[in-house]
Amino acid sequence: MSPTVHRTLRARNWLLPALRVFTGLVFLFLMLPLLIVFPISFSSSAYLRFPPPGYSLRWYQAYVNDPVWIDATIRSLKIAGLATAIALVLGTLLAFSIVRGRYRGREALNQISALPIIVPSIVYSIAVYGLFAKLRLIGLWPGIALAHAVLAIPYVTIVVAAGLKTFDVAQEQAAMGLGASRLTAVRRITLPQIRPSLISAAFLAFIASFDELVVAMFLGGSNMTLPKKMFDNIMMEVDPTIAAVSVLKITLVTLLLALAARFGAGVRPAV
Amino acid sequence: MPASAQIAERRQSRMIPVLRGEQGPVMVGLLPVAFLGLLFLLPVLRLFLLSVEGGTLAHFDKAITSDLYLTVFIETFRIAAIVTCCSLLMAYPVAYVLSTASPRWVLIGLVFLMLPFWTSILVRTYAWMILLGRNGVLNQALLGAGVIKQPVALIFNTTGVVIGMVHVLLPYMVFPIYSAMLRVNRDLLLAAEGLGASGWSVFRRIFLPLTMPGVIAGTALVFILSLGFYITPALLGGGKVIMIAVLIEQQVRQFLEWGFAAALSCLLLVIAVLFYVLLNRLGRRETIA
Amino acid sequence: MNDATPHVVTAARGPLLSLSSIVKRYDAVLAVAGIDLSVQDGEILTILGPSGSGKTTLLKMVAGFEQSDEGYIRLGERDITDATPASRGIGMVFQNYALFPHMPVAENVAFPLEMRRMGQAQIKDRVAKALALVGLAGYENRYPRQLSGGQQQRVALARAVVFEPPLLLLDEPFGALDRKLREQMQLEVKRLQRQLGITALFVTHDQEEALVLSDRIAVMNLGRIEQIGTPFEIYAQPVNRFVADFIGESNLYRGNVSAVAQGRMTAEIEGGLMVTAQTATLYPVGSTVGILVRPEAPRTLGDGETADNVASGSVTEVVYLGDAIKYVVALDGGHDMTVRWPYRPSTETLQIGTRLRLGWSADLVHVVGWD
Repeated sequence: MSPTVHRTLRARNWLLPALRVFTGLVFLFLMLPLLIVFPISFSSSAYLRFPPPGYSLRWYQAYVNDPVWIDATIRSLKIAGLATAIALVLGTLLAFSIVRGRYRGREALNQISALPIIVPSIVYSIAVYGLFAKLRLIGLWPGIALAHAVLAIPYVTIVVAAGLKTFDVAQEQAAMGLGASRLTAVRRITLPQIRPSLISAAFLAFIASFDELVVAMFLGGSNMTLPKKMFDNIMMEVDPTIAAVSVLKITLVTLLLALAARFGAGVRPAV
Repeated sequence: MPASAQIAERRQSRMIPVLRGEQGPVMVGLLPVAFLGLLFLLPVLRLFLLSVEGGTLAHFDKAITSDLYLTVFIETFRIAAIVTCCSLLMAYPVAYVLSTASPRWVLIGLVFLMLPFWTSILVRTYAWMILLGRNGVLNQALLGAGVIKQPVALIFNTTGVVIGMVHVLLPYMVFPIYSAMLRVNRDLLLAAEGLGASGWSVFRRIFLPLTMPGVIAGTALVFILSLGFYITPALLGGGKVIMIAVLIEQQVRQFLEWGFAAALSCLLLVIAVLFYVLLNRLGRRETIA
Repeated sequence: MNDATPHVVTAARGPLLSLSSIVKRYDAVLAVAGIDLSVQDGEILTILGPSGSGKTTLLKMVAGFEQSDEGYIRLGERDITDATPASRGIGMVFQNYALFPHMPVAENVAFPLEMRRMGQAQIKDRVAKALALVGLAGYENRYPRQLSGGQQQRVALARAVVFEPPLLLLDEPFGALDRKLREQMQLEVKRLQRQLGITALFVTHDQEEALVLSDRIAVMNLGRIEQIGTPFEIYAQPVNRFVADFIGESNLYRGNVSAVAQGRMTAEIEGGLMVTAQTATLYPVGSTVGILVRPEAPRTLGDGETADNVASGSVTEVVYLGDAIKYVVALDGGHDMTVRWPYRPSTETLQIGTRLRLGWSADLVHVVGWD
């Protein structure tokens, strides 16, 4: 036993190893579905065989060469980009307001701002469809981005608020005491120091939008997003193109997670 | 910074009273509040109006009195409860092992939790279909090994839906419990031991109560999120497992029953928020004590 | 680590706790390097040392939270070297009290009794008595966070003694309290210890606290016990340079023994100052020694007055300590000497720059080996 790691519960000798084995099995349960799509995506067969009878890149080619897939991907990227930008700005403002404000109703606002996470996406979809139909936003990608921004704002607010809470306001005051305006103080002193939180928040917002299916399904009309195309593909059990897409998405998330871990702060389920 | 720029900036900040004084935080919050008000609260409010369209409660009446829809509600609660229990039973030991692990293993463990967590639910659901399907990897392996004679039905039933949902929701359970465990002062456990408590007593009297806020938070979150699940039951349920969200979607897309779908949505929303408030209060009491 | 001086034991009922050849390693680091220590029944023994000296590790091994790599621990007639903490039956007060935050005061204090499966009526009785003992009757239903630091500590004390353990361990228990409260609690603990006739092993880095509270002090450094003895012995007759330096404010000079005669020896401090000492232990001529002059030893000499040791210098610093005044005097040989005298309104305070002659007798000089 090292001086830093204290034994926590004095248990029977077999208990901790048993719990570790159990934990390993749970991690296997978590990782297995991610790992299984890799060999399937490189399969040469159109049918599900495991292990695959042969290996090829045909499903990746099928993805790249199918304009429907590519269109859907580009549309989803555009939506996620816009939604992230909106959510990042508004969520950060909201975080500032909640952390710095001394007004009544601040706590209530804090609770309400987390609601989009609690409200089931199907409920929000039905709700926002009515409004967007009236505003003639159905089928337009910026409309989906707006709705996705609503869903992403809580993530941004929670992550940025956590970052702001650890930031000492005295630094901002010191900057203002040295002649900076409040805006300059925030821009030059505060924002650079909570940058890891902002990066993590942007990452969360992007993924939240990029993977969102139900709202996009309702608001998208005939213009499919990537998740909608994937959903249809799975429903109809078309072919393993979906496996190739899955591998690409897992790779993207791994990449973003690595970046967020390197430059961000505490990327965790923020709730 | 040149003096002129400084003056310009001062003037600018004077022109934006938003960022000055005690009013600042209030003003700064106005834009996001307006945005959420317009695109979140307003649509939800309209949903409530839609559910009572024509000034009657007929939709609610239909949702509550019809056996068909009541069954869906009960089934939803049942699955949510099973998923929550499974997640809790899996998450508590995992969180405990993580909370006692060395930094390197914590990092590895977090990667194993985060990677699936941030992977698209569609990808994961699809992967479960590959694994658990009639001709899936698991069945092929079991048949090949001679353990079973015929493929076992692991998807397009409640089992499949539960497996898929637990996979999605497990991290939501692990993280609050894990952080509650990290907050437990290890001296308390030593103190209890020194005062004569056995390992089991230390767990039951000290460790479990102190990690209870995390358990409650995780349970609340997983249960509430379970209630509104759509993708997993829609795909892994194969049309046989109907949860509320699937029902709502059917009502709209197949039957264009917007009013009825709105009523179902309102019920789902009210139930979810009710649980949220209830468990929030319970959690708060637990933290205070 | 051999104590050269005989123990003065206040309550000589034999050792309650004895440690023999205790060794503890963390990887390659020797945290406790072979310790023998006996705690007599009824005494307060303090382990005093700087942070990293191994004192907390030692205490944890007595409590059973750490296992020693070598050696034995005996409590009374029982070998507890490998016993679980729960079975040792030792009371402990933690540095930050380790009160259970989710239990009210009464439940905290009742905890060790419940673990011993005592009846509810008896538990209630004992808890009430323990709380009355620490002056917290009526606080049964408060939660720890609703109490002040001093009150929390009283609860921790009550919880540690309520099951009548033979031995009480205290791990820097006053560190979190402000000065006034700390002094109050020190006296309180001493009173409680006497009243209950409990033996206490107390760990601190605060030498003043150790002097106030202890029957005996074991000074620990780098995993070893440097000296063990009464507070007076530790203060007046440190056995080596570390103890001399660590305990109290001291003027410690390096010097060479130049003459030894008739129970006195004279040493030359670098810079030319000669100091004569009258001590039990004499060092041979030519050896390097540490010359210790406590700040209260020197006095000012009037014209024509003389003493065993005389040195002149001028005041460079004046510090008011309330009941005393401290001066730093730059001696003509180039050394500084700190002196401290009780403050009396009648005496004139010296100003910076004042020249003065200091004198002190040979028996107020203590000599320790330099190495």
